[in-house]
Amino acid sequence: MTRAVAQFAAILATALFIFSLHWMNDPKTARHGVVAGVSGMLVAVLATWFQPEIVHHGWIVLAIVAGFIVGVPLSRVPLTAVPQRTALSHAFGGLAAGLVGTAEYYLWLGKGPELLTPFRMSAIVAEVILGFLTFTGSLMAAGKLQEVRWIPQRPVTYPGQNFVNIGILGVAVVLGVLVVLQPTAVWSGRAFSGIVGLAVLFGVLLIIPIGGADMPTVISILNSYAGLSAVAMGFVLDNKLLVTAGALDGSSGLILSIIMCRAMNRSFTNVLFGAFGQVQAATAVGEQKEWKQETIEGAAQLLEQASLVVIIPGYGMAVAQAQHKVRELYDQLTKRGIAVKFAIHPVAGRMPGHMNVLLAEANIPYTALVEMDEINPEMPQCDVALVIGANDVVNPAARYAKHTPIYGMPIIDADKAKTVLAIKRSKNPGFAGIDNELYVQDNTWMLFGDAKAVLGDLVKQFGSGGLH
Amino acid sequence: MTEATTTTAAVDYWSMVFVLVLATFIGLGVIRRVSRLLYTPLMSLTNAISAIAVVGSLVVTGAEYPTTIRVLGAIALFASMTNIVSGFLITDRMLKMFKKQ
Repeated sequence: MTRAVAQFAAILATALFIFSLHWMNDPKTARHGVVAGVSGMLVAVLATWFQPEIVHHGWIVLAIVAGFIVGVPLSRVPLTAVPQRTALSHAFGGLAAGLVGTAEYYLWLGKGPELLTPFRMSAIVAEVILGFLTFTGSLMAAGKLQEVRWIPQRPVTYPGQNFVNIGILGVAVVLGVLVVLQPTAVWSGRAFSGIVGLAVLFGVLLIIPIGGADMPTVISILNSYAGLSAVAMGFVLDNKLLVTAGALDGSSGLILSIIMCRAMNRSFTNVLFGAFGQVQAATAVGEQKEWKQETIEGAAQLLEQASLVVIIPGYGMAVAQAQHKVRELYDQLTKRGIAVKFAIHPVAGRMPGHMNVLLAEANIPYTALVEMDEINPEMPQCDVALVIGANDVVNPAARYAKHTPIYGMPIIDADKAKTVLAIKRSKNPGFAGIDNELYVQDNTWMLFGDAKAVLGDLVKQFGSGGLH
Repeated sequence: MTEATTTTAAVDYWSMVFVLVLATFIGLGVIRRVSRLLYTPLMSLTNAISAIAVVGSLVVTGAEYPTTIRVLGAIALFASMTNIVSGFLITDRMLKMFKKQ
């Protein structure tokens, strides 16, 4: 009887999860998605908890309470910290899969080695490798995003790095095959521990050569791995609900990774093994053009005379926490009848959709947020393109400079606007380490300083009555 | 859920693969239509959903198993539970911010 209830609960939960994702297709219905997801989760957890084989409840309650104690604060982080929270949750997902896989292996080894069929053993090995590499890889990614002191931000590379990485994974897979063939041999337990150790190591080494600009792609790939490890767990436990939910998560990660890679004109292997920002040859610059600086008053006047302003935000806006000042400027401009749009590059920020969330937090209506492909045809009509802490995503060198790592990457055509205003913290090049010729264009004017401070000054200009 | 441990090894693996293939196609179809505005909340939502792995940890933690194994289960349960709680809460928190005005 309880079995049938559990089966029914699993089907119900699956349907609810699919609806949950379906409702994400529109911001209007998206919050139903959360309700559906929570309901599916409750149904599945309760149905499992009431199974007769669960006899000890103390630890379960304890773990759930601990989950709430850690989970609630994690859900209240500032939105600029959402990428690292996401990476951390991939790490937790990987850890759970890895631990359950390990537990199941030793459980069956002790109780019924004949149950360790090659198929099930392969699933366990896949679950453990994927789980533990996702665990440490995501922890590293979270550390880099959080700018933890002892984790280097810049990509770390050394000669033969890819051989070492692939070698480690290769050894883990070979050990895996051996354990699948001989799950109960004297050495199998040790080989299994070896797999765990190598997967842990591989996760760390995989992320060391990856820099901040690649984080949107890497987070998406790790998302996909976390989903796949849940699928493998489903195979191990003979649980179709796990397989379905894992597949949904895995395909979401896959689609996001593909979109991110396309937005950077790069392949998966190039992101994982390419060490962005390290490979470019020194650029021989012909004539060194000068930056032209603009005053706050001048910039405010340019904005006031415009009829269409396109704001292009980048990671610099997030770092400076400038989204609320952006909103104030948006208010000042729209109040004067100036059309304001936001051009969102798919890889702007540190994770997919990062800019949208920050701007939504500042109460900017989502109808003003426009995708790169939609805004580009409009750029020639744009009077002022206001670039806020974005760099590589507006660098025209991506169109023709073959020796640079950003070559071929689709960009927002800020350079085609009638005038460009760029707010930039310092005169250093962007993440890819290349000069941005947008900044030295004839119609570009620079505003140097912290984005939040510069925007604050601009808003003050509008408010002070100096302009009307 | 742990029929596999109590009955024989005769699990119908082909039907599992079948489910995986179908679920992947449904996933690709549904995710492809997700609003581009919502990729960040999408990631936290799918993350919470895949923490359904909690049902595996529940069994490992709560069944009549050796203590070391139940400890592993309890840690996994804690990790999944953290993802469920923080994942759903932060997704809702972000979605609330998207206004048409």
